[in-house]
Amino acid sequence: MDFFFDFAAEAPKLIQLLIGVVAFLAFVGLMLLLLDRAPMKERSWGHSLLLLGPALVLLAIGLVVPGIRTTLLSFMSGDSSQFVGLDNYAWMFTQPEALTVLRNTLIWVLLVPLLVTAIGLVYAVVVDKSRFESIAKSLVFLPMAISFVGAGIIWRFVYAYRPEEADQIGLLNQFVVWLGGEPQQWLQSAPTNTLFLIIVMVWIQAGFATVVLSAAIKGIPAEIVEAARLDGATPLQMFFRVTLPSIRPALVVVLVTQSIGTLKLFDIVRTMTGGQFDTSVIANEMYNQAFRYGEAGKGAALAVFLFVLVTPIVIYQIRSLRQRREA
Amino acid sequence: MTTIAPGVAKTAQPRTAAGRVRKRLSGRVASLVAVVIALLWTTPTFGLFLSSFRPEDDIKQTGWWTFFSNPQLTLENYREVLFGSSSSSGRLASFLINSIVITIPSVLFPLALATFAAYALSWTRFRGRDWVYIGIFALQVVPLQMALVPLLSFFSQGVEVFGITLMPAWNLEGSAQFVQVWFAHTCFALPLGVFLIHNFMSELPGELMEAARVDGATHGTILRKVVLPLVAPALAAFGIFQFLWVWNDLLVALIFSGGTAETAPMTVRLAQMAGTRGNEWQRLTSGAFVSMIIPLIVFLSMQRYFVRGLLAGSVKG
Repeated sequence: MDFFFDFAAEAPKLIQLLIGVVAFLAFVGLMLLLLDRAPMKERSWGHSLLLLGPALVLLAIGLVVPGIRTTLLSFMSGDSSQFVGLDNYAWMFTQPEALTVLRNTLIWVLLVPLLVTAIGLVYAVVVDKSRFESIAKSLVFLPMAISFVGAGIIWRFVYAYRPEEADQIGLLNQFVVWLGGEPQQWLQSAPTNTLFLIIVMVWIQAGFATVVLSAAIKGIPAEIVEAARLDGATPLQMFFRVTLPSIRPALVVVLVTQSIGTLKLFDIVRTMTGGQFDTSVIANEMYNQAFRYGEAGKGAALAVFLFVLVTPIVIYQIRSLRQRREA
Repeated sequence: MTTIAPGVAKTAQPRTAAGRVRKRLSGRVASLVAVVIALLWTTPTFGLFLSSFRPEDDIKQTGWWTFFSNPQLTLENYREVLFGSSSSSGRLASFLINSIVITIPSVLFPLALATFAAYALSWTRFRGRDWVYIGIFALQVVPLQMALVPLLSFFSQGVEVFGITLMPAWNLEGSAQFVQVWFAHTCFALPLGVFLIHNFMSELPGELMEAARVDGATHGTILRKVVLPLVAPALAAFGIFQFLWVWNDLLVALIFSGGTAETAPMTVRLAQMAGTRGNEWQRLTSGAFVSMIIPLIVFLSMQRYFVRGLLAGSVKG
């Protein structure tokens, strides 16, 4: 097999990178130069505008205007040529394929935060103050650095299916065979395949919960723990009466961030099943409708619905953030 | 705390025998649970890692656990996925370069823009400042999905209002397409970046700025000499978060990078390879690991900042 690497094809990219970095340096240099030139005054619109302007322009182009346009598109037909009123939303809440998507998203958003929090909490508690605590936490935390695509591939090797007469190459089916069962096509039979995808997400995110909750557990005042111990509290009592109430804010943070992340989940479904076999979720369906089927209206309606779902959670998060800072 | 713990434990020993048994049992159960979870969490990755060094036929015909009875190792999968000459071999080397070219400016630009904006929002005074800040913060609510279609048409069609072209279409080709990926990532990163850095920057003592100002320093000097060194940890946290976000991103790359070896990052190529029905198991194993190496190095070397970045950045999406 010959060695294939075309340096000529790579050169333009590196030049592009160089251009990008030079543009960056030029931008920063110019900003600082202009800031140094302008005379200092107590109140000066000039400075503020110069500093804020670039960010505001980009936010307007990248988020504000697109957000408004998407909302408008959601009332238009697939090719955005005519006004269709609420048809796209009606489609979303009545058609079986769209309802499956909503049902799957609901399953995801109910299960992932709960499982992630529960596993993260249990793990944080059992490794707390053990000899191997830091390495034990790192092991579970490591998947957070891996892309969802990479994680999808890792788990393909767990769920892989081979017919009964052949050797299994997927770990899960091998266990089934060892236990005397028949190998299954885990990712193809609805609705359980959604659960197998959820396991992948939980696997990635549990480390996040472990780290956050572990930090919270270490923050419980030592006097409280000792007082409970002197009163003869059993480990279980300790957990439910002392630990759990003390780390409530951290639990809320994990639950909330996991809910938001899960609602917007796209990569796992796309890499592992592509949304086939009734596994699609809102974000994946939005991509399919808007970029593969040319149904910009339906895609936009799904995006708007996502926005509506996320908003209350983020508002709640902002409020609890503010409370914590005041406390 | 740790030094007094043994003494405390001694005094807190359960007085009854039953209590002692229960305590020992729960200790054992706890260790067992810890070991089971740790195993469940590492085995899939370990399996893939081992697989990536096994010969192609072995990967396709037997599970990685048979390695222990039939150990055979090769680097062929890595060579093939990175530099293979057949079109289906991955050619990941090319996509690896794309990932790097995409990531570096997509981290630098948001860092600078967010720092400038956060400075303006914390240390210059103008009417409506708080409202601007709240507005930027609130933009975190907008899911990426809402911005994709219009932003794409912004690149391909430009901006036209009542028939007047305010901005021509970008019509980028070849490696110039990287610019639109940088642009998209920069826009999407700003609400979080401004929020994070502002949080940190606004807590700096006002006397510092006042003193510098009395000494005749300009905003440029204050930013460079006083503020930057102090907010460095926040910049590191946001930088690392943004790095991992961009490196591992699939959605933005799929839509703005074109999907070819010219500009698409590794995640896009891997998703393609995983999606095809073909039998490319051996290339997927090594490919997945190639894509993980750089984030894992970042993770292991900067875990502290990484955690902070994740904690702070968990609102993004």
